[in-house]
Amino acid sequence: MKQFKAKIISNKKIAPGHYILSFKAPKTAKNTKPGQFFNIRVSQTYEPFLRRPFSAHKIARNKIEILYKVVGKATEILSMKKKGDILDVLGPLGNGFDLETGVSSVFLVAGGHGVAPLYALAEQIIRGKSRALIFIGGKTKKHIVSDKELKELGAKVYISTEDGSKGYKGLITDLVIRHCKAASRLAMTTIYACGPKPMLKEVAKLARRYKMPCRVSLEEYMACGIGTCLGCAVKTRTGFKLVCKDGPVFDSREIIWT
Amino acid sequence: MDLKIKIGKLKLENPVILASGTAGFGKEMKDFIDINKLGAIVTKTITLNKRKGNPPPRVIETPGGLLNSIGLDNGGLKDFMFEKISFLENLKIPVIVSIAGDTIDEFVELARELSKARCIRAIEINLSCPNIRHKNTKFPLLAQDRRAVEKIISRLRKTTTNTLIAKLSPNVADIKEIAKAAEHAGADAISLINTYPGMLVDINTMKPKLGGVTGGLSGPSVKPLALKCVRDAYNAVNIPVIGMGGIMDARDAVEFFICGASAIQIGTANFVNPGVSLEILEGIKEYLKKKKIKAIKNLIGKLKI
Repeated sequence: MKQFKAKIISNKKIAPGHYILSFKAPKTAKNTKPGQFFNIRVSQTYEPFLRRPFSAHKIARNKIEILYKVVGKATEILSMKKKGDILDVLGPLGNGFDLETGVSSVFLVAGGHGVAPLYALAEQIIRGKSRALIFIGGKTKKHIVSDKELKELGAKVYISTEDGSKGYKGLITDLVIRHCKAASRLAMTTIYACGPKPMLKEVAKLARRYKMPCRVSLEEYMACGIGTCLGCAVKTRTGFKLVCKDGPVFDSREIIWT
Repeated sequence: MDLKIKIGKLKLENPVILASGTAGFGKEMKDFIDINKLGAIVTKTITLNKRKGNPPPRVIETPGGLLNSIGLDNGGLKDFMFEKISFLENLKIPVIVSIAGDTIDEFVELARELSKARCIRAIEINLSCPNIRHKNTKFPLLAQDRRAVEKIISRLRKTTTNTLIAKLSPNVADIKEIAKAAEHAGADAISLINTYPGMLVDINTMKPKLGGVTGGLSGPSVKPLALKCVRDAYNAVNIPVIGMGGIMDARDAVEFFICGASAIQIGTANFVNPGVSLEILEGIKEYLKKKKIKAIKNLIGKLKI
C-alpha cells in the first residue's frame, strides 16, 4: 500500500522561509524516482483540509527528504513539526523524470525552490557519470537554495537573481540561452526544468529553438494526488492531462502554455 | 453483527460505498485500499461521448471543504466498455455505474449498453452535477425539474432491469417532491446529496478562482445540510435512501443512518485519506457493538424527536 505513517527524522530551516524535512521511508525510498512526489497530510484537523504535494528532494536508502518554502498555512504547520512527529504520507506518486540514455550533459533549470526535485535528479545524473549543469534563478539571493549542496555534489552551478544580489543580474533563462548556443552544436543535451510557469514557458521556447529535448515538472491545484478527482488538469496537445498521474513531468512540447 | 443491506436488487455485504467521482474506476484506488472489503463502488460519471472537462483550476480548498469544477471529464461509453470495465469485472463487490446524458436519449442509450455488461447490476443516474448544462430542461440542474426527473427515470425503467439509483441535488426548493417523483417513476433508491453550487473569487485578479467560474461544494462544511436533505427524503419515500455529504468519519456516518440512510457513500474524504472508507466501516461496527444494536437495519431512521 502506498499510504504510510512516517516518522520525522529532522526538520531544519536552511534559509529564510525554506526548510528541509527528512522522514523515514525504508520500504518506499528504494522505489522512489527523482521527480516523483509525496502527498502529505500536515494536520488531522480540517484546516487545512487537503494534503499538500512535495517532490522528493533527496532519496536515500531509508529516508526521503523534501525541500519546501513556507507559503501558507499548510507549510507553516509543517515547519513547526519536530523530530519524532508522525506524518501521514501517500507516495511515491507521479511519473518522475526519465533519464534519456546516452546523454552526455544535462541542463537543470530551477526557479527558486523549484530546485527541490532537481537535486535528486542531479544526484542520479552525476552517479551515472554524465555532466550536470544547474541553473538556479530567483528574485533575490534569499530565494536561492541548495546551490552549495549541488556544487558539493559535483554539478556546475549557475545563479541569477533579478536584483543582482547573487550571481548574474537578470532572468535565469538569459544564462541558459548562452549555454544552449554551445550545447546545440553538441548532440544529446537534455533540459529538465522546475519552477514558476512563466519560467517554464521560456525554457520550453529555448528548447524548441535549439532543438533540445526538454522535460518540465509542473504544479497545479491538487486534491487527491492519485488520479481520482481529476482536479489537477493541464492543457496538452492531446487534451487535458493530470499533473498527479500523467505528470508531474511532461515533455515541454506537449504542454499548451497559457 | 448484521451489516447487510439491500438496495433494489443489490445485496451489499455492508453499507459503505465509494461515491462517484472520488474513486475513479476502482483501479486508481488499488494501491491505497482493499476495495473488496467495502459494500460497493460507484464509478466516475460516464457520458455517451468523451467529455474533455472544464479548464483548470478545477479544485479549490475551502474552510472545511472542497470546491470543484471538473465538468464530467471522462472518456465516454466506449472507453468505459473497452478499457475501464476490466478492473471492475474482477471486483467481488457490486459495481454501480454513474451515468449522465445531455438528453433523455443519451441516458437511455447509456443504460441500454451498460445493461449488456454482466458485472454491472446497478446504475446511478447523475441528475445533479452542477458543472454541466442539460438540454430538455430550463432548469440549471435536471434534479431541480420534477418533470425531467420523472421522464428520465421512467424511460430508464423501461430500458433496464438493473437497479436504478437517482442521484439528487440538495439545491432544490423541496427535496421531498423530487424524491417522490423519482420513486413514482420507478427508481429503486435515491442517493443524495450531490455538491452545492458555489464560487470563489481571487480579489487580486478579480477573477473566479475556478476555471469553470462556478463549481460544487463538498466536504464537512455541507454535512448538516446533507443530513437535513436525507431526513426529508427518508420521510417522503419508501425506497432506500443512500446518504452522503461531508462524511469524514464513522460518527458522521452514524448520523446519516439515524436520519434515515440505508447506506452511505464516502466522497470527498477519499481525497484526504484514500483508506478512510474502511476505517469508517470499522467505526460503524464499533458503534453498533457499543450500542448493542445487532443489525445496521435497526439503526436506520431511528432519530428520536
